[in-house]
Amino acid sequence: MVITHDRTIVEVETDDIYNLRSDDPAETSSNFKEYRSYIKKKSWFILFCLIVLFATVIIAANIGSMKISFLDVLGHIFSLNMDGDGGIIWNVRMVRIIACILAGAGLAVAGVVMQCILRNPLASPYTLGLSSAAAFGASFGIIFLQAGSSITSGISIDNPYITTICAFLFSLLATAIILFLTRITRVSAETMVLAGIAISAIFTAGLSFMQYIASDAQLANIISWTFGDMMRGTWELNLIVFIVLLPVSLYFVYRRWDYNAMDSGEETAKGLGINTERERTIGMILSVLLSSVIVSFFGIIAFIGLLGPHIARMIIGGDHRYLIPAAIILGALIMLISDVVGMNIMHPMILPVGIITSMLGGPLFIYLLIRRYR
Amino acid sequence: MLFKACGIKFSYSSTPTLEDVTFDVDKGQVLTLLGPNGVGKTTLLKCLNKVLEPKGGSVMIGGVDMHGISRREAAKQMGYVPQRGEVSRMTVFDAVLLGRRPYIEWDASEKDLKLTDRIIGLMGLSDLSLRYVDEISGGEYQLVQIARALAQQPEVILMDEPTSSLDVSNQHMIMRTIRKIVQRNDMAAIMTIHDLNLAVRYSDRFVMMHGGRIFAAGGHEIITSENIRSAYHVDAYVENVKGIPIVIPK
Repeated sequence: MVITHDRTIVEVETDDIYNLRSDDPAETSSNFKEYRSYIKKKSWFILFCLIVLFATVIIAANIGSMKISFLDVLGHIFSLNMDGDGGIIWNVRMVRIIACILAGAGLAVAGVVMQCILRNPLASPYTLGLSSAAAFGASFGIIFLQAGSSITSGISIDNPYITTICAFLFSLLATAIILFLTRITRVSAETMVLAGIAISAIFTAGLSFMQYIASDAQLANIISWTFGDMMRGTWELNLIVFIVLLPVSLYFVYRRWDYNAMDSGEETAKGLGINTERERTIGMILSVLLSSVIVSFFGIIAFIGLLGPHIARMIIGGDHRYLIPAAIILGALIMLISDVVGMNIMHPMILPVGIITSMLGGPLFIYLLIRRYR
Repeated sequence: MLFKACGIKFSYSSTPTLEDVTFDVDKGQVLTLLGPNGVGKTTLLKCLNKVLEPKGGSVMIGGVDMHGISRREAAKQMGYVPQRGEVSRMTVFDAVLLGRRPYIEWDASEKDLKLTDRIIGLMGLSDLSLRYVDEISGGEYQLVQIARALAQQPEVILMDEPTSSLDVSNQHMIMRTIRKIVQRNDMAAIMTIHDLNLAVRYSDRFVMMHGGRIFAAGGHEIITSENIRSAYHVDAYVENVKGIPIVIPK
């Protein structure tokens, strides 16, 4: 605003600042420049996480019972060589690393969206009873469809596909029940969470019953399945997870503005033109579908859906434009680090990643909560 | 006539909350809905803005029926400031930028960012623009909500108790700013305010409600002791100071 002694000009110019329809590129304040720099910092943070993830992949590919030199590992990775040592790198180590990245990224992005649409910071793929339903389904397959083996040494599941399909179908059943309950009542965040708690209780009771009637071998199989384990990763399973993860994540990224609006409350979001009922239903179906696929393939992996989103939120805030990509990368990174720890902490015994994420995730989560709310 | 609500009906249960509510507002006018708690003012604002679906009636802006267009198109016509918005972990700048959502396809344009910056300045929020909204005061967040609704560049802005968390100085600042914005942009504002004197000072028209119905509508002439007694069951003097009625409860 130009300061002038001419009263008329002052009034006209003062009045013009109230003109919201002007297309004139008005001068921007210093805050505007600071905002641009602040946004750049968020992008740099995401890039930094990506570099750390890449470095972790290289380190993880170098860890294994068979010693292969660092340069050879790099050479096999970048040349896509799958012969000789390259076969070990790609078909033993990288397949597991990729499984970790996909599962971690998927659980984290599902967690971000669920926390937003359910307006609940503790929402994750497990809040809606998914893990209980999937575990119940896997137990059903092991006991009634003979998917479990009669063990002689160690624990193995004879027909993992039946177990996986049963786990997946029961997690979809849980989703369908929740959707039905929320439809006949009201599509609100509260009803979804409450329906999830009820479903979780029912399937947990069913799982306990299954464990009670199971033989020793079946019980061992059920318990083994419930430990999330990336050893189950194959290129085929990874491809299926990727095929689900990619379009679902792209949809979530596309809807990032709507999730920001929904974070500001139901009425604000509706006032901004968001169909909150539709977005909540679609967001829930997609996030549950994604987590169902991951849980069915790899078993129960706790805390990734909470840790990835919350660490990202604490560092770069709740703006979903940056939160979604940051949570995806951090989820993948935490999962990969947990798996590396699981493989090495009690070497030569390999601990399932689900145990590690719970052991690391629980205390870390408590620390983050104390830091955040102190 | 810029805005017309015609025969709005709504009920939460079998008892009607709103019955046949009809009123209009012209360009450049500020209209305040008056009445005690529970008469349906907030429900009416929600029905006007499609937050609630009315059981009957129509809302027209510039001759276009709001219930015949998409929610997103309606958001370009009407901005809404709820009584209690929820705070999230995003900066003041981002929270106000969200008002551009109805216009954004993929990402915010340069115009969106500059308009946001200008409105933040207008609302006196410049110093807070990079603070998280969950770290600012309730009154400051109320200003953020108003700024966000203004960023929608609406024809009509609906505000539910926009000054309830503000101190006296900010109450007058915000009402003065809203009035100037409404007049400068040929918009209309419809709001609820419990402070009768604040409403009287900055509004052109009033709608007094009782039991889900309008029982008086008009300009300053309807601010009378009788109407205040009928609406609020409170005896009050109404004195004219420089042509503006001042309400003093007995």
